[in-house]
Amino acid sequence: MSKYDPTTERMAQTLGYVSLGLGASMTLAPRVVTTLAGVDDSALARLMTRVVGMRELMHAAGLLAGPPELVWTRVAGDAMDLPALLIAMGNRHGTRRLRAVLATAAVAGITAADVYTAWRTLSERRQGERGGVTADNVYTAMRRVQDRTSGSVGPKHVEAAVTVNRSPEESYQFWHDFSNLPRFMIHVDSVEPRGDGMLHWRAEEPLRHKRMEWDAQIVEDRPNELIAWRSVDGAVGPSMGAVHFDTAPGGRGTEVRMELDYPESPAGRVGMAVAKLAGEAPDQQARDDLRRFKQLIEIGEIVRSEGSPEGTHTRQLLRQRPAQPLPS
Amino acid sequence: MKANCWTGISSVEVEEVPDPKILNEHDAIVRITSSAICGSDLHLYNGFIPTMKKHDILGHEFMGEVVDVGREVGNLNIGDRVVVPFPIACGRCNSCQRGLYSCCENSNPNAGIAEMMMGHSPSGIFGYSHMLGGYPGGQAQYARVPFADVGPIVIDDGIPDEQVLFLSDIFPTGYMGAEMCDIKPGDVVAVWGCGPVGQFAIASAFLLGAERVIGIDRFDYRLRRVREKTGAEVLNYEQVSVLEALKEMTAGRGPDACIDAVGMESHHANPAMYAYDRTKQAARLETDRPFAIREAILACANGGTVSVIGVYGGLVDKFPMGSLMNRSLTVRTGQCHVQRYMKPLLDRIRNGDIDPSFVISHKMSLSDAPSGYRMFRDKQDDCNKIVLYP
Repeated sequence: MSKYDPTTERMAQTLGYVSLGLGASMTLAPRVVTTLAGVDDSALARLMTRVVGMRELMHAAGLLAGPPELVWTRVAGDAMDLPALLIAMGNRHGTRRLRAVLATAAVAGITAADVYTAWRTLSERRQGERGGVTADNVYTAMRRVQDRTSGSVGPKHVEAAVTVNRSPEESYQFWHDFSNLPRFMIHVDSVEPRGDGMLHWRAEEPLRHKRMEWDAQIVEDRPNELIAWRSVDGAVGPSMGAVHFDTAPGGRGTEVRMELDYPESPAGRVGMAVAKLAGEAPDQQARDDLRRFKQLIEIGEIVRSEGSPEGTHTRQLLRQRPAQPLPS
Repeated sequence: MKANCWTGISSVEVEEVPDPKILNEHDAIVRITSSAICGSDLHLYNGFIPTMKKHDILGHEFMGEVVDVGREVGNLNIGDRVVVPFPIACGRCNSCQRGLYSCCENSNPNAGIAEMMMGHSPSGIFGYSHMLGGYPGGQAQYARVPFADVGPIVIDDGIPDEQVLFLSDIFPTGYMGAEMCDIKPGDVVAVWGCGPVGQFAIASAFLLGAERVIGIDRFDYRLRRVREKTGAEVLNYEQVSVLEALKEMTAGRGPDACIDAVGMESHHANPAMYAYDRTKQAARLETDRPFAIREAILACANGGTVSVIGVYGGLVDKFPMGSLMNRSLTVRTGQCHVQRYMKPLLDRIRNGDIDPSFVISHKMSLSDAPSGYRMFRDKQDDCNKIVLYP
């Protein structure tokens, strides 16, 4: 089983074909290439084109047959080609110069793709080495495919659900006493009602552990059914939140569904991917929060083990203590 | 305190560790008087259960004396003598209230790991990997017992440890294996694996009215023990073809119920067949070797029941789905819901229906646990069941 994400493998494969195409045209038809790149006036440029073409064929062989991390050889090649092209560009004029600029821009574009793919292989490899759990590379891959198909890399809208062995009345009341929220919402420090359905939230920002505060307005409150709120300025935290309570069929308790909307931000996807690796992504947190809600309302406390003394928290899954008593 | 810790594949060490303390209000602390090594501990020892961490305390079959209780534990007093069930169960979720204690919805703080591997999480278990909670086990001088208001059973008379200790796991596990067979008059039950759990499954099948019980294993000393202690018939799969022998013994019908008391590390009489699955297991193409369950399915009579109490961890290959489906078989499974069997089985012990101490072959000090594990795994000295005394 591969330790790389299928997308990374596909990207490396694609770059392999790019190398094959470039290498083949540079070695078989160097004249066409030198003309297109605006360097057809120099014998040295023609020779170099052939040499670079041979090198491209080696990148292609490596990437198509070998592991994706060989994309680093392409990055090294780019580091040689870009300065050469820049020099060539500086020495040309007129339409030659225009062609050289276009060629340089194209190579710069490919370089960006190379660097990004190379970075992915590196971070995935580190992640693989950190894992350390024996028999589960199969499962990790399965989960990746699942995550991909469900499109949950950078969720803006988060939903989580749990069934609790309590009535909708009890569940609603427990939730409606907002001082209970910090007991199960991992990052929330306090939720303070300020009259007129206004809630003042204090929380810790995941990952950066920065304190943040915001106000939210309760926009809907139907006893034993629904509580929904919306951030007043929407600058930090979820911009909208709602929790629904429905009677589970056949006396199975209550189905509790939570949804949260996060504001859109340009760093969203990357930030979210980083958060996910650290077990701090909003969807993971929402699931953890509901698990803890279930423990609180069914048992009255958060269940702790010596391996996970903080109790349920996705972050804790990666940082297990040994299963032996805590030092006093 | 002293505790027996997992330190790597084929390696356990008795280490000095901190004493446990109350972490939750439903906890009790128990001073352990006796503890046993379970066949399923060997899956950890042999490295086939993922998410073990160095220095994890092992052991899920133990009993002892209550020395401290949390605020919410109203049913136990300091000084009570208790047997502790191996699944940790809250008693308040839907699963617990339906009697499915080993599927407790709240007791595994690491449910996220288990969900990744199994879809949904079972309960936490003492000393059985981080995927199942990261709880320290009971091969130690003391243990923290979560949900002590739900699990432990008080033994208030002078009945010796050896007769009640196995209420913690293997007696109820074997019993549930037989109970899931829904035994009717005239039924023939075959049991794969004649280790201690298999022996209790056989004894329980007789208690529940089976006409004949057939034990299958490859170690003569175990088969001898089964014949002498339970009166079952036996088959050594290294000497006979089990499928043919069972057909012959049941005039072609096959056993009405088949119990798999082997699980993920089964063996095969044919070295080539064994090598096939062992290789795949080593390469992590499957986590479990399913020889016993394959054979149990093929052997079972049409319309019969296959009851799985041997422990599996992950994925198996070449599962005879066609045989299972076309012949109207029923598969029943589960980690034992020990909490629901402790009281009725204690009554059976008190009534003299069964004396569970018949499985014990060795008694040793907790500090000898490392040699005990080796001995149990390598079947040295006809080792059947080891009890450790802290």
